[in-house]
Amino acid sequence: MSEANTYLDMELLRFSTAGSVDDGKSTLIGRLLYDSKSIFEDQYEAIEQTSKKKGEEHVNLALLTDGLRSEREQGITIDVAYRYFATPKRKFIIADTPGHIQYTRNMVTGASTSNLSIILIDARKGIIEQTHRHTFIASLLGIPHVVFCINKMDLVDYDEAVFERIKKETEAFASKLDVKDVHFIPISALKGDNVVNRSENMPWYKGSTLLYLLENIHIGSDHNHIDCRFPVQYVVRPQKEEFHDYRGYAGRIAGGVFKAGDKVVALPSGFSSSIKSIDTFDGEIEEAFAPMSVTLTLEDEIDISRGDMIVRENNQPTVSQDIDLMICWMSNKPLQERGKYAIKHTSADARCVVKEVRYKMDINTLHRLEDEKEIGMNDIGRVSIRTTKPLFFDSYKRNRITGSVILIDEATHETVGAGMIL
Amino acid sequence: MQAYNLTHLKELESEAIFVMREVASQFENPVLLFSGGKDSIVCAHIARKAFFPANIPFPLMHVDTGHNFPETIEFRDKFINKIGANLIVASVQDSIDQGRVVEEKGINASRNGLQTTTLLDAIEEHKFDAAIGGARRDEEKARAKERFFSHRDEFGQWDPKNQRPELWNLFNGMKHFGENFRIFPISNWTEMDVWQYILAEGIELPPLYFAHQREVFKRDGVIMSTSDFIEQKPEEKVNTMTVRFRTIGDMTCTGAVESNADSLELIIEEVAATRTTERGTRSDDKRSEAAMEDRKKQGYF
Ligand SMILES: Nc1nc2c(ncn2[C@@H]2O[C@H](COP(=O)(O)OP(=O)(O)O)[C@@H](O)[C@H]2O)c(=O)[nH]1
Repeated sequence: MSEANTYLDMELLRFSTAGSVDDGKSTLIGRLLYDSKSIFEDQYEAIEQTSKKKGEEHVNLALLTDGLRSEREQGITIDVAYRYFATPKRKFIIADTPGHIQYTRNMVTGASTSNLSIILIDARKGIIEQTHRHTFIASLLGIPHVVFCINKMDLVDYDEAVFERIKKETEAFASKLDVKDVHFIPISALKGDNVVNRSENMPWYKGSTLLYLLENIHIGSDHNHIDCRFPVQYVVRPQKEEFHDYRGYAGRIAGGVFKAGDKVVALPSGFSSSIKSIDTFDGEIEEAFAPMSVTLTLEDEIDISRGDMIVRENNQPTVSQDIDLMICWMSNKPLQERGKYAIKHTSADARCVVKEVRYKMDINTLHRLEDEKEIGMNDIGRVSIRTTKPLFFDSYKRNRITGSVILIDEATHETVGAGMIL
Repeated sequence: MQAYNLTHLKELESEAIFVMREVASQFENPVLLFSGGKDSIVCAHIARKAFFPANIPFPLMHVDTGHNFPETIEFRDKFINKIGANLIVASVQDSIDQGRVVEEKGINASRNGLQTTTLLDAIEEHKFDAAIGGARRDEEKARAKERFFSHRDEFGQWDPKNQRPELWNLFNGMKHFGENFRIFPISNWTEMDVWQYILAEGIELPPLYFAHQREVFKRDGVIMSTSDFIEQKPEEKVNTMTVRFRTIGDMTCTGAVESNADSLELIIEEVAATRTTERGTRSDDKRSEAAMEDRKKQGYF
């Protein structure tokens, strides 16, 4: 097959990486990029030079993922950076997020769009506090697949017993969390064992390499294809003779499968109609599913605008102004009980008031701190809010798109909170 | 059961269409920056798809350095005509004539740096609150952390430490008076994705991208086209070579590559085999490793 065709039926996998400082995250990403031949010569030469300048013995693959200058100077990653690579099977988007305690917000951000999370554990140290936190965040953010990479196996003589012990301990606490699909791989990011190439040093390991797993893990069910949800994003009204009466509702399917002829209801009005056509620039299509961007036309003229939602009659989301959330706070200014914020949910904009802080999570021990009401930067807690108008939502567990919100400070317009609806 | 899976190109397209529609909804006066290069052509194509059957509900703007390849301008005018869009041309020459900027002197003179002022002035003049561009995160290290919705202060500056976190697909375009946003719908695309998409969609491109015969000379290892805008040193010999361009910018700083790829299929094969980044052929980025980051902070894309 020629290059031109191989790329046409690739799938997209978005994953994020987590680990504490020096667990080898940058080295691992560099290794994936390098061994999958996704690094360009000029990039390689640049890091080769930098490595030499710093007097390092080997070309430091970790430098490949090193971003902005201030970080280069501090030698740390301070934000989410996105990397790309592809194999003939899949295209990958890596959300590279740092593992420091103060940067929960970045991990949450990176995790929010990921199908898979790689959590690094240093084989010499085993499970540490951060491992709990990273796993908790992956579970909270509803990442469907979690891969624990036990790294630096070369420093523990590629010992199976070390791997098995860490695996057992991790399974024990991961089972208390809501992570569905868990994998364990013993690797050496530095030497390349089991990253792209199978390790000759660990014949006892019968599972797949990391890249093989990334290429083959089943991601077809990561979207909700059951509950039909179509948040109306934009109303298309062409000012053209031939489309004089055209009124199309543009949006991206958030769940379920929509077909021409389906009976639907528009929220909040509650008016029923049926789907006349599903339009795209390339012509009408029979059915549409998440995450397709399409334009729906309806048989009846009903008043629908941005922020409304088109759903199936017999499967409707919760419609309410009172919402319970797990929230991750992202601002230096702590969350204010009774505080008012702007809120965004699918294509809807509203305002809300925080009625109550129920508890704060200790994200290392997973204890609920019922007496602690102050939710500051990088804290996660449970809150109840009331919105100025009803939102149409599902639980985050059921649908990551219709179950997520962001809170915005009305004075600074900063995004201050990421909320997952319970 | 049927598998409800999208190919990676369809998923990227859907994401970009989603972003276009968010822009049209969240901003009052957006503009799509159009350079005539492949990334901005892809953006314009996606904008057409997003609002079909209506026309693109915002104008396109070309920041014209006056040092364009003639092929680019010819293509631009044909393209705009075909899609029935509104074109605004913001001219660097005007900025120079008005004394807003001073032309660089010397052998490596380029108007690339001057574009920033022209762009910011045009944004202010037309009161644009969002400028859509075809930049991609894979182009350059400093772009890897760029957001889809990139906030700029009233001076058009980008503060890498003070960018809003971007969660799920909930884009926060709220702003104060005078602030604006840069929007990057194809953030998540790589060079290969763009070429694949152009092939899959049958998108027309300026002929510069395809292998052709051209009078060129070499400077610092970069193959440059001869033109009225560049002074050659006596030792820089002019040759006729078969070349193509991987990016299209100013004639003074866009290098060509030797290539026989005269079709999209051949270009894709070449891209797959290539060992240098696209920006490797742009002399403006070579000035220093942090060059791009510095220009971004000042308001460049
Ligand atoms: N021996 C060994 N060292 C490793 C391995 N992975 C990473 N390192 C080293 O651990 C240090 C920290 O790695 P780095 O990738 O920068 O960690 P990060 O902070 O998680 O990004 C560096 O000195 C790496 O060379 C490994 O598999 N084996």
